[in-house]
Amino acid sequence: MSLTNKLQFSFMKDLGAPALMALNQAGKKKRPPKPNPHFGPPLKSAKRLKEIMTRHYFLARYARGARPVAWVTSGAPVELLRAFGFYTIYPENHGALCGAQKMGPKLCQAAEEHGYHPDLCSYARIDLGHYFTGITPAGRLPKPDLLFASNNICQTVLYWYKALAHYHNVPLLLFDTPYNFRDITDSDVSFMSAQLEEMIPVLERVSGRKFVMERFQEIVQMAHDTSALWGQVLATMSHRPAPMTIFDAFVHLAPVVSLRGLPVSREYYKLLLAELQERVSLGIGAVTNENKRLMWDNIAIWYKVRDYAELFASKGMNFVAATYTNAWAETIHYLDQAKPFESMARAYGLVILNNNLNHRLGLMEQMIKDYQVDGLVIHSARSCKPYSVGQYDMKRLLMERLGVPSVVIEADITDSRHYSEEQAQVRLEAFFEALEN
Amino acid sequence: MPYFAGIDVGSLSSDAVIIDGDANILGFSVQPTGAHSTNAAEAALAEALDKAAVSRADLAYIVATGYGRVSVPFAHKRITEISCHGLGAHHLFPDTGTVIDIGGQDSKVIRLDKFGKVVDFSMNDKCAAGTGRFLEVMAERLGVSLDQMGALSQQAQREIEISSVCTVFAESEVVSLIARNQPKAEIIRGLHKAIVGRVWSMVKALGVTGAVTMSGGVAKNQGVVKLMEAKLGQKVHIHSEPQIIGALGAALAALRGGKA
Repeated sequence: MSLTNKLQFSFMKDLGAPALMALNQAGKKKRPPKPNPHFGPPLKSAKRLKEIMTRHYFLARYARGARPVAWVTSGAPVELLRAFGFYTIYPENHGALCGAQKMGPKLCQAAEEHGYHPDLCSYARIDLGHYFTGITPAGRLPKPDLLFASNNICQTVLYWYKALAHYHNVPLLLFDTPYNFRDITDSDVSFMSAQLEEMIPVLERVSGRKFVMERFQEIVQMAHDTSALWGQVLATMSHRPAPMTIFDAFVHLAPVVSLRGLPVSREYYKLLLAELQERVSLGIGAVTNENKRLMWDNIAIWYKVRDYAELFASKGMNFVAATYTNAWAETIHYLDQAKPFESMARAYGLVILNNNLNHRLGLMEQMIKDYQVDGLVIHSARSCKPYSVGQYDMKRLLMERLGVPSVVIEADITDSRHYSEEQAQVRLEAFFEALEN
Repeated sequence: MPYFAGIDVGSLSSDAVIIDGDANILGFSVQPTGAHSTNAAEAALAEALDKAAVSRADLAYIVATGYGRVSVPFAHKRITEISCHGLGAHHLFPDTGTVIDIGGQDSKVIRLDKFGKVVDFSMNDKCAAGTGRFLEVMAERLGVSLDQMGALSQQAQREIEISSVCTVFAESEVVSLIARNQPKAEIIRGLHKAIVGRVWSMVKALGVTGAVTMSGGVAKNQGVVKLMEAKLGQKVHIHSEPQIIGALGAALAALRGGKA
């Protein structure tokens, strides 16, 4: 870490970034968003969210050399890295950003030109495409000093991060989480917590900082509190009308995913929660005429989020729950600063994608009841097989047990070449016809 | 007396059905869609009206369905082919619990409740495998007409497997089989098995309840129907004009004032 880089980073963090962002805002013509009669008033917190995320990506440009930089998978126990002051980049979050900006096909193609197969996860292809071309909507991503992956979300991350480790010539830490077929065992937990402890010397070497237990415990507590707040944010949608839609939640999810364990994310969710609670007390709904409540399964179709939000709202349908957004609230109650390693092993070993399908079915049943869900939209994502496997069985069983109708949309999270508008339309319209009759 | 029309603009054919207030079929038409959906819809409607001896001015309500339903400007309402196939099949065969529709561009399995309302459905993905288009491509390659395929497949002496499910790959496979002088009948039977296998995965995913009705042009193919019956372990209902079931359902929806 060089002193110049550190000074530059600290200047940008405190003065440069806010000033440049303000300047950037001032330069843009304030175009008030076209009022859409199907939506309630927009969330005021969204402005703050945009600031936080813009600043995070903006500062990332100055992080290299000033702070140790790690690239991290969405399900990795990042709290450990926070104890060493790592600046973290989430390629999956970046991939979602590229997807939302409709840059997916271009970056995926760049990876395919280097021999990566079109069936590979499109988050991975976007990330590798970014490596080959440098194209990103975020300006510039800092080169990693360390890669940190956990296979609790899929096995693909292992090979994807191995490729990154090869290209960047930096160490890769893998947190290996045994799949939970029935119940997590003590030996699973000790296997996982021992790995975390073994990572400390590597993290000390890469970051040049000593591990301080008390600091780590504070971070674990902060992550716990942030995720608990996120859980409360989601729970406000059990009210009728729901004060936000899951399409909002897809976006407001970013801090708990990629800034978890930092004060900024915890403070943000306090703000968002207060706003949502106020909306609940005033009876303000995200959708003006909420007559049907839906649940979403799987990762968002990032390039269709806005279109879908408008389409469903125009029918008076609101998505009030999703297994995806719930994932960052579901297992976090296991986090316990008194037993940081062991509790992290449970919290991260039991995430939805590392847990068995019976668990997922039970969770979906519970969410359908808690959120009074009338129908289910299931995204079968070409990229994410661990999430998409078993969906047809879930669909059938939920129909049998709860009589909840559902529809499967075959698409991809970011690679819109795998999305057919006509085919998705006809499925959705048939679903609407079934719900309305 | 008011009359009602349903028009199903599919990828390969555009079909129209005219019914009276008691849901009797007075006339129907099946026309190739060709390159212009609106013209095809017009042509199908004109022929069906002609056959029914009904004038266009006497049509009280028109419902359009199928992929080209947005290209029928004179329709009062547009409803998906999923609901329409359900309505049509239930009307013709009231014990129908499951509809297997193999159309030109897609295939779908629809589960109905006892009133003909759609309970659940499954459609093939963005791919021509398991559709009428798959057979059309292969018929062309084999130099036979689509209508001949069913009868020809019955002459097969042996079973052969077409291992590719993809239309493009399966065509290459057929080319190799032709090169090896494999009898046409056997190749066709192999193709029928491939299409049934492909649709079967959707049938399995949804589960079969009640009687099964097959709709869509491929239901005219006895080879496919027989293989499907063998898989199901039960006979299926086939109407003499399985292609018009979607348009019939649309006409029935028109009779109900546009309610799916």
